[in-house]
Amino acid sequence: MSVVKAKAESRGLHLEEPLIFGRGAARGRSGVDLEDADISDSPLHKKNLLRDKAPDLPGLSEPEAVRHYVRLSQKNYGIDSGIFPLGSCTMKHNPRLNERMARLVGLGDLHPLQPLGTVSGALLLMERLSEWLLRLTGMAAVSLTPRAGAHGELCGMMAIRAALRERGEERERRRVLVPESAHGTNPATAALAGYRLEAIPANAEGRMDVKDFRARLGGARLGGTRLGGDVAALMLTNPNTCGLFERDIVEIAEALHQAGGFFYCDGANFNALAGRVKPGDLGIDAMHINLHKTFSTPHGGGGPGAGPVVFSEALARFAPLPALRREGEALLLIENRADAEKRGLRPIGRMASFHGQMGMFIRALSYMMSLGGDGIRQASEDAVLSANYILASLQDLMSAPFPSPCMHEALFDDSFLKGAGVETLDFAKALIDRGVHPMTIYFPLIVRGAFLIEPTETESKESLDGFIEAMRSLARAALDGKAEMFKDAPRHAPRRRLNETLAARKPVLRWGGREI
Amino acid sequence: MRYLPLTDEDRRAMLRKIGAASVDALFGDVPPSVNQSADEALPGGMSEISVERALMSLAARNLSPSRAPCFLGAGAYRHHIPASVDHLIQRGEFMTAYTPYQPEIAQGTLQALFEFQTQTAILTALDIANASIYDGATACAEAVLMAHRMTKRPKAILSSALHPHYAQTARTLSEYAQYQTTVARHQSGDFAPLIKALDGDTAALVVQNPDLFGAVADLTPLAAAAHEAGALLIYVFNETVSLGLLRAPGDVGADITAGEGQSLGNPLSFGGPYVGLLAARAKCLRQMPGRLCGMTEDAEGRAGFVLTLAAREQHIRRERATSNICTNAGLCALAFSCHLTLLGGEGLYRLAKINHARARSLAKRLSEIKHVRLTTPLFFNEFTLKTPIGGAELMDALAEKGILGGVPLSRLLPDEEAHQKSVLVAATEMNSEEECALYAEALAACLS
Amino acid sequence: MSATLYTKQHEWARIEGEIAIVGISAYAAEQLGDIVYADLPEKGATVARGGEIAVVESVKAASEIYAPLSGEVAEINAALEGDPELVNRSPEKEGWFLKIRLSDVGERRHLLSAEDYQRFLQEESA
Repeated sequence: MSVVKAKAESRGLHLEEPLIFGRGAARGRSGVDLEDADISDSPLHKKNLLRDKAPDLPGLSEPEAVRHYVRLSQKNYGIDSGIFPLGSCTMKHNPRLNERMARLVGLGDLHPLQPLGTVSGALLLMERLSEWLLRLTGMAAVSLTPRAGAHGELCGMMAIRAALRERGEERERRRVLVPESAHGTNPATAALAGYRLEAIPANAEGRMDVKDFRARLGGARLGGTRLGGDVAALMLTNPNTCGLFERDIVEIAEALHQAGGFFYCDGANFNALAGRVKPGDLGIDAMHINLHKTFSTPHGGGGPGAGPVVFSEALARFAPLPALRREGEALLLIENRADAEKRGLRPIGRMASFHGQMGMFIRALSYMMSLGGDGIRQASEDAVLSANYILASLQDLMSAPFPSPCMHEALFDDSFLKGAGVETLDFAKALIDRGVHPMTIYFPLIVRGAFLIEPTETESKESLDGFIEAMRSLARAALDGKAEMFKDAPRHAPRRRLNETLAARKPVLRWGGREI
Repeated sequence: MRYLPLTDEDRRAMLRKIGAASVDALFGDVPPSVNQSADEALPGGMSEISVERALMSLAARNLSPSRAPCFLGAGAYRHHIPASVDHLIQRGEFMTAYTPYQPEIAQGTLQALFEFQTQTAILTALDIANASIYDGATACAEAVLMAHRMTKRPKAILSSALHPHYAQTARTLSEYAQYQTTVARHQSGDFAPLIKALDGDTAALVVQNPDLFGAVADLTPLAAAAHEAGALLIYVFNETVSLGLLRAPGDVGADITAGEGQSLGNPLSFGGPYVGLLAARAKCLRQMPGRLCGMTEDAEGRAGFVLTLAAREQHIRRERATSNICTNAGLCALAFSCHLTLLGGEGLYRLAKINHARARSLAKRLSEIKHVRLTTPLFFNEFTLKTPIGGAELMDALAEKGILGGVPLSRLLPDEEAHQKSVLVAATEMNSEEECALYAEALAACLS
Repeated sequence: MSATLYTKQHEWARIEGEIAIVGISAYAAEQLGDIVYADLPEKGATVARGGEIAVVESVKAASEIYAPLSGEVAEINAALEGDPELVNRSPEKEGWFLKIRLSDVGERRHLLSAEDYQRFLQEESA
């Protein structure tokens, strides 16, 4: 490849591993033994439907493949490696029991379209998960279908639009209010659901500016345009992305409902509340739950996730297909619109194939059963306790923009680095050299050079203390004028800093391709 | 509790450091009107043994395809997964990593994604592929939205032989994104109605191959017609293994291809998690949704990988992003890639041939049964049978005999009278000739 | 050469007869950092003053560029496609974005002079 200037060499346990492509010698190898079936009499030959030769893909024998992926894995940091305090991501321990359960014969190998009479256990499992989610959230209904958090957001926002359509207000209500501190998925989702976005600023305490919110809601004038009566929904994260509980949330929900809008809550931060506070008590109409955050299913280096959505009474009927429904003794899977409408449901439609992320449902249920109601509550409390412990242990050296206590994540800004010649990014890279995965940085956007730290409940006190010590010693080094060390970091990772500008200016997105 | 390391003593020490009297004090921002007491209705915690027992008893209520000959397809296929694949994806460094936002300590995930993108691009004979979408249906919907953005045209034409879950997903998303979808009804392989439906408002033709009924067709004329009308051809597939044998989407003129990758590396798992594949021509790059991994160099000039072109994505572009997708199907993409690396091109070709041969043999056996008729003459590893009685009824009867015989089309197309007595039957390398014989025998018995 | 005029959204325009050359100011280019891509409109497209005409992307940001003047796109800077860095190297010369055939030259009265733009920047940062 044109971009490669230096040869990478193995050092100790830093083992270099080439791509599977371009190895030459790998041609003709395979890690799977298969007989050669004769299809010479296939009618497909005559119709010009077949490739003339096998796809030009490299194969590896099993020992080579195992070594390839093991070597690659060793270049990764996972929650199994150490503390992974990514704010907003809830990187908690992934119990191995969950993995075993997801692979059980009779669960992991079921086909989604088997006769429903042959999968009663699977449907029961989905019902149990639903019951847990409804109990924990205090909401009226749940849809298990969405495949991830953002997919759940879309599900919720489409349900809101469907409800407005039924009320005859779909055309009038085109605005969705989103705090400036929101996850990027919120505005992207609202836009995908056909809405116009409006950002609400934060107040000095890091919470949504309720005055501004009311003004936008209630027919005030802002910049010459009349506002009001046309808000479809508010999308709010609670606890918010600054790690703070939205204190006025009940009042916000009331005002929103009075103005005829719906309340979507981004449930990414539910790990602070599960087992202790029920979103249903806060006036929420729809909320997604990231099973891959709160309920311990592995993040897998970027998925798969699962994003079930809980609904209030007002939205329950609009949940997507398929829907799980109990009618007396019978547990039904409603898969088509006609069956749904017969029961008074008004589903928004289908959002994906089949019935949802069953593999994730099994893992999440296994986790909930393991912890029990008390354990889940204890987990949330420990998560909040751990974040506050970090906040308390770092706030003398670093700068916290908002007053404590926080919920499950601790937020700092970069003002303590003023004049040090070190930026948040440099600080994060230096943490890598200490063997610690960095926190979320530069998010939320409303805080300059943000450090968002979410330790979760699965770190021991010793682990938290180790992290605190790493942070403190780096903060001292930065203030002592050791900027160079930071600019140079990381030095001990499998790679030094990577040139992201080059990657974007001259994209090389595959082997053997040209720059695009 | 086995997942919670903090002891009461730790908690007390931490509270002292914080200067809070109790954990309740940390929840002081929660309004007093909100009940914060425990929910008594929730059960208590359970040991590993107890959880295992409870979930195993749920599993035992199901008829497992590992214990019953299974001939189901329709978008999810039972293939053999090499033992090493499941072992490798369970490496903690892969399974418990986050999206690779710190590339220096995520080169494993990133290189695997780069290989996945390359494998997908080569397999589909297209220029670029992204790092995965949730599943085949959502990949198809994203492909449709891409086509609208690229052509700035409002309408997509969906083939009536597109998997109904895919069509419905595309329709749901398009409706809310304010685009139109129309379904062009046609017989398998007869594309005249699709071509006739093309007009100046058409952004894309969306066609599946093999189609819902299992039929394989040459899409070249469709690509030509779409291009002439200024529209794009979106090639949809349910069964990745078919790409091992059939002409690749890029070679028949597709601009975008969207499909389900479950067949490689991923268990059936009752419908998810799966992995959506999305590949396209280079001209589509800026409208591609989701993550893209690219090659670059590090500060020492060594090759390395990063997520790139992020300005398309929600975390940067917010309401102007190409999609709201964030978490995708990372570990399932890794499983796909591992399996494909073990197979290699030659292995996939062989696997596809076995599937085709097994399905032909099964089709022959079944269509010899009185009153059973094969209605897809050209198929890969799945075909449609016309049956003398209702398909659902027949499949229930077979299940009673311990055979999962196929997917009744009435399950997918409940409103279509013509399909009530049809069954979709798939055969893969998992079905031995003995199983196929057993199936034929049982089907004949059910119908006699 | 005629004077370079500016907008408060940090675009610049140089009007030569009925054609205006348009780009982003040195200040904007510096704020954006390393520019990796410029998404330009098609030749012949109609643009209205204040409407979005282009998007520039850096690694971690994307910014919309608004038309300083109304008219029709007469030419785009093809050099940016292969070398987006040109915007960083020479924002107000070689790194121009497009040329607009003006529909109303009088719209120039809405633009700021170089001195007024500098004053505006100072006020912004104060």
